[in-house]
Amino acid sequence: MYAVRKWSVTHARGLNRFYTLFEKAVVGFAPLFRAIGYDRLERPVAAVEHGEKSLLIDCQMCGQCALSSTGMSCPMNCPKSIRNGPCGGVRPNGMCEVKPEMRCVWVEAWRGAGTMGEAPIMEVQPAIDQSLKGRSSWLKVAREKSAAGEAE
Amino acid sequence: MSAAATPPPEDLFGYAIPGPPPAGYRSHGRLEHVLRTGRFAVTAELNPPDSADPWEVYERAAVLSEVVDAINATDASGANVHMSSVGICALLTRDDLAPVLQVSCRDRNRIAIQGDVLGAAAMGVANVLCLSGDSVGVGDQPEAKPVFDFDCMSALETLRMMRDEAKFLSGRKLTEAPKIFLGAAINPFVPPYDFRPRRLAKKIAAGADFVQSNYCFDIDILREYMKRVVDMGLHETCFILIGVGPLASPKAGRWIRANVPGVHIPDAVIERLEAAEKPKNESKKMTVEFIQQIREIEGIHGVHVMAYRQEEMVADIVIESGALDGRKKAQIGIAGLRAQQERRMESIRKRRAAAEAQAKPSTKVD
Repeated sequence: MYAVRKWSVTHARGLNRFYTLFEKAVVGFAPLFRAIGYDRLERPVAAVEHGEKSLLIDCQMCGQCALSSTGMSCPMNCPKSIRNGPCGGVRPNGMCEVKPEMRCVWVEAWRGAGTMGEAPIMEVQPAIDQSLKGRSSWLKVAREKSAAGEAE
Repeated sequence: MSAAATPPPEDLFGYAIPGPPPAGYRSHGRLEHVLRTGRFAVTAELNPPDSADPWEVYERAAVLSEVVDAINATDASGANVHMSSVGICALLTRDDLAPVLQVSCRDRNRIAIQGDVLGAAAMGVANVLCLSGDSVGVGDQPEAKPVFDFDCMSALETLRMMRDEAKFLSGRKLTEAPKIFLGAAINPFVPPYDFRPRRLAKKIAAGADFVQSNYCFDIDILREYMKRVVDMGLHETCFILIGVGPLASPKAGRWIRANVPGVHIPDAVIERLEAAEKPKNESKKMTVEFIQQIREIEGIHGVHVMAYRQEEMVADIVIESGALDGRKKAQIGIAGLRAQQERRMESIRKRRAAAEAQAKPSTKVD
């Protein structure tokens, strides 16, 4: 929902804090996830994740969430799905080149970054992995971060 | 900018330095050499033909070739179909001209982009410009599927990996890395203005060796932007070329402002053209003035001239602006240039006639 999406950017800092804590909890549950089996969890968790993120940020389920680097403005709502925006086509009033009725996702990202600090938005996001589309970003984080923790 | 050890040669060579790239160079191309030897670079855009006739490309290139260091072969800009950038680059390298391959992420996925760049490098293309691309909606075929597998930054990172690490994004090894000077686009003239210099920093981090900007019609915004860029030291790690170009008429200016994404034209510019007796001449004069003002701004290394359907104007603009100072080409003046262009055109016409004459008997045999 567009209005809620804008609210999320306005409250980017708080939302990011919440997600940071949430991520810790998710990583903490990694052993349980492993016991149940990630494959078995994929569909129900992805469904819950989609429901929650659709409401807050119009999530497109790219499966590799970059929200903490994009001021809580989802880059996949950019019609060009630019993960390192904004492009050079932004209208003088800050609206999207392709969808004039929508504010540029990256103008919004820069607004959200204003509350979160500049460092995260300055990270260059790598090429998107299209094979992760539709999958849960939370389970991916749990799997990767718990594996990284064990490796240390 | 880290200047090169090699002393500048008296006159400019053709499109490439003979042999492998000198130490500290990414490519063997003329554009990089001009920039690294501290000269003010001039690039221009070639409007691609809607035709399968190679001579249309050569004729357009002939008008530009005498006054520019590289010719940008656009990649369906504005999402309108034309002859492809790779095709134009193939033709230009055959004629010893220095093209900039433009790669838009709108029409091709990562498999196609990496393959195209290898092919272009094999043909002798030394410069590649990575663009996200205009949306398909603004073009002549809005029914098309937009690809956007990469964005400009991931394209830059991937091409840099191919060049510096001799491998594809997948990690698979290349037996020979493409020696390419990597470019990107900037647009200081649209919001969010305070983020624009930071976005340039990101493009440099992703691999941009040079950048070319969208049309500049507003020197004040450019000055603000460059002040920030110089404060951040970005002009020391990346060559910055600013886009300029004439408007065919005040009406064209209004149309571009309303319909071409990302082109900012202040009212004052259009009013000046409206007040002029000959708007076309006034626009040319204004472009010359812009180039002269742009040269005075710290941190700018060159200009990129875009004269949509007015390529014949580019030579006049470049010479009148004095941008080529210190180079032999600049000393021969407009008349000399016209003569050189005419010789080139004459040679193109002869080759074309010869090619056509050769083609005829074979059709009779069939």
